[in-house]
Amino acid sequence: MINGLLNGVRRLGHRVVDMLWRMGVSTRFFLLLLLHSGQCFRRFHLIIREVFSTGVLSLIIILVSGLFVGMVLGLQGYETLQTYGSEEALGVLVSLSLVRELGPVVAALLFASRAGSAITAEIGLMKATEQLAAMEMMAVNPIARVVAPRFWGGVISMPLLAALFSAMGILGGWLVGVVLIGVDEGSFWSQMQAAVDFREDILNGMIKSFVFGVAVTTIALFEGYDAPPTAEGVSRATTRTVVTSSLAILGLDFILTAFMFRGV
Amino acid sequence: MSDNLIEIRDLSFAYSDRMVLKGINLSARRGQVIAIMGNSGCGKTTLLRLIGGAMRPTQGLLRVDGVDMGEVDQRGLYRLRRRMGMLFQFGALFTDMSVLDNVAFQLREHTDLPEEMIRDLALMKLNAVGLRGAQDLMPSELSGGMARRVALARSIALDPALILYDEPFAGLDPISLGVTGNLIRRLTDTLGMTSVVVTHDVHESLKMVDYIYFVSEGVIVAQGTPDEIKASELPYVHQFVHGEEDGPVPFHYPAPSYAADLELSA
Amino acid sequence: MQRATLDLWVGFFVAVGLAAMLFLALKVGNMGAFDSAKAYEVKASFENIGGLKARAPVKSAGVVVGRVADISFDTGTYEASVTLKLDSRYPFPKDSSASIMTSGLLGEQYVALEAGGDDKMLANGDRLKLTQGAVVLENLIGQFLYNKAEGEGKAENSAQ
Ligand SMILES: Nc1ncnc2c1ncn2[C@@H]1O[C@H](COP(=O)(O)OP(=O)(O)O)[C@@H](O)[C@H]1O
Ligand SMILES: [Mg+2]
Repeated sequence: MINGLLNGVRRLGHRVVDMLWRMGVSTRFFLLLLLHSGQCFRRFHLIIREVFSTGVLSLIIILVSGLFVGMVLGLQGYETLQTYGSEEALGVLVSLSLVRELGPVVAALLFASRAGSAITAEIGLMKATEQLAAMEMMAVNPIARVVAPRFWGGVISMPLLAALFSAMGILGGWLVGVVLIGVDEGSFWSQMQAAVDFREDILNGMIKSFVFGVAVTTIALFEGYDAPPTAEGVSRATTRTVVTSSLAILGLDFILTAFMFRGV
Repeated sequence: MSDNLIEIRDLSFAYSDRMVLKGINLSARRGQVIAIMGNSGCGKTTLLRLIGGAMRPTQGLLRVDGVDMGEVDQRGLYRLRRRMGMLFQFGALFTDMSVLDNVAFQLREHTDLPEEMIRDLALMKLNAVGLRGAQDLMPSELSGGMARRVALARSIALDPALILYDEPFAGLDPISLGVTGNLIRRLTDTLGMTSVVVTHDVHESLKMVDYIYFVSEGVIVAQGTPDEIKASELPYVHQFVHGEEDGPVPFHYPAPSYAADLELSA
Repeated sequence: MQRATLDLWVGFFVAVGLAAMLFLALKVGNMGAFDSAKAYEVKASFENIGGLKARAPVKSAGVVVGRVADISFDTGTYEASVTLKLDSRYPFPKDSSASIMTSGLLGEQYVALEAGGDDKMLANGDRLKLTQGAVVLENLIGQFLYNKAEGEGKAENSAQ
C-alpha cells in the first residue's frame, strides 16, 4: 500500500522531470532552427514546397469544416437569438465567434492533425532511415535544410488557413441565416460591421493563428526529430504531436484571450 | 602531406560508460581499399562513424587527411566532409526526391553551378554506376541493389577523396553483390579515392581490397593483405574466412550452464 | 510533382488566403468605412455610464458616427470621463448633447449624440457640456416604488 503510493509519487516525479527536460530541449531546438533559418530564405523554393504540403494539402478539410461550423453557428445562433427577438444580431454572433475564437482554434486543431502529424511522421522516418545522418555526412545541416523550411512553411500557411476558415464560416452562417431562414440581409452585414473591429477582433485573431502556427509546427518538428528511429517510435511521436499541440493550442488560446480581450 | 589519408593511434571509444573500441591502430594509404571485418556488434559502424566525425574519440588519436578529429570544430568538420562520402547500410536515399535529384543533391547544396551542368554531372555519376536509365524513378521504385548503387553515385558526386561504406553488400543477391564490389574497386581506382569498407562478406572483400583489419570485441585481432589473410592460421581468422560455427567467436551468447537453466541440478 | 505545378498551387493558395483576409478586413470588419486617421476626439463627462464599454458605437439619428475610444474615472469630479472618436465627415455643433442609451433587448449600450444649434463646430479635444448618463434600472424601479408608496401613504392619510 505505502509502496504503491511511493511508486506512484516516484512515477509522477519522473514524468514531471521528463516534461521539464523535453521543454528545455525543445526550446533549444526552436532557437537552433531560428538560427539556421537564413539559408532557406535565400532558397525560397524550399519554403514554397512546404507551404504546398502543409497549406495546399490542408485546404479541402479547412474549407469544408469552416463551412459546416458556420452553418451550425447560423442555425444554433438563430434559435437562441430568436427567443430574444434579435435575430438581426446573427451576423455579429457568427462573425465574432469565428474571427475571435473558432477560426484560429479549430483551424489550428485541424492543422495539427492534418499537417502536424504528417511533418512528424516524415521527419521521424527520415531519421529512422538514416536520411538525416546521410545529410549530415554530406556536410548539409538537417536543421537548416529539412527543419527550417518546414517551420516557415507551416507558419506561413496557418494564418491563411485560419482566415479561410473564418471567411468560409461567415459565408456558411450567411447561407443558413439569410438565404435559408430569411434573416434580413442588410442588418446581418451592417450589425456585423458595426460590432467587429479590425484591430481588436480580426488582427488579434490573426495574431492568435500565427502563434498557433509557430507552436504546432515546432512541436511537430521536434517530436519527429526526437523520435526513436523505429516504426513504433515514429508512430508514438505522431500521436504525441497531435495530443501535445492540441493542448498547447487550447492553453495558449486561453492566455492570449486573457491578454487581448481583457476589459472589453 | 602524409601518405596516409587515415591515421588511427590507440583509439578508444565508449558510449556513455560502455567501452566499444579499445585501443585501435589502423591506417589507410591514399588510393587503397581497406576492409574492416568482424562479427556483428564488434564496433565496426562505430569506428566508421568516428572516422566520419559523427562522434569524437574518447581517447587516442584519429586523423583524417591531416585533420585531428578530436579537435576539429563544426566548420572544419563540414569542410572535411565535402571531400568525404559515406554509403549507409540501406542507402539512406532521400525518399522525397527522384534518383537524379538525389545524386544532384550535394552539387545543388555546395556549388553554384548552373542547373544544366548539375544535371550533366549527376547523369555522369549515374552512368558510372550503370543507372542513367533510372534517373526519373523514385527511391521507393528501386530494388535494394539499385538503391545501393544510386547511393554510391550520390556519395561520389563531389569527387571525394575518401568514401566510407557501411556494409555495402548486406542483403544483396550474388549478382548485385559482385557488381557493387567491382564498382567500389573501379571507382576507387579511376577517381583516385580511398575507400574504407565495413563488411562481413569475406569472399567478396578478399577479391577486391588491398588490406584487411579484423576487429573483435573492440580490438584489432588480425590484419594483412588478402593473401596473408587466406594463409593465416589464426583461429579467429580461420573461423571467419571459413564460416565455421564455433570457435573463438562462440555460437552461444554467454549463459549459465545449460543444465542449470533447465533446472536439472543434480 | 513538377516545380511549376507546385508553384501554381501555392500561388493559388496564398491568393485565396489573402482574399479571405481582405474579406474579413473590409466586409466583416468594415475597416474601410471608419478610418481612425480621419477622426476627431471629444470628451464628455457622465454621472453614470451604466454598462457602456470601450468601442461601443456613437450614433446620431441612428447612424454610427463614431466610437467610444476610452473610459476613465475622473477623481476630481467623481464622474466618468468618456472619450468619443468621431468621424471627421460628421461635424457637430459645439452645444451638442450626449446621452447613453440602450439598444435592443440584449442591452447593448451606445452613446447618442444630439446636434445643438451653435454656429461653431466641435474640434479635436473639446468637451461636451450637456450630458445625460445611463438610466439605471434599479434606480428607476426604486424611485417608482418610493413614489407609489408615498402616493398610497397620502391616499391613506386623506381617507382617515
Ligand atoms: N548509439 C549507441 N548508443 C549505445 N550503444 C551503442 C550505440 N550504437 C551502437 N552501440 C553498441 O555498440 C556496439 C557496437 O555497435 P556497432 O558499431 O553498431 O557494431 P557493428 O560492428 O555491428 O556495426 C554494440 O554492442 C551496440 O550495442
Ligand atoms: Mg553496423
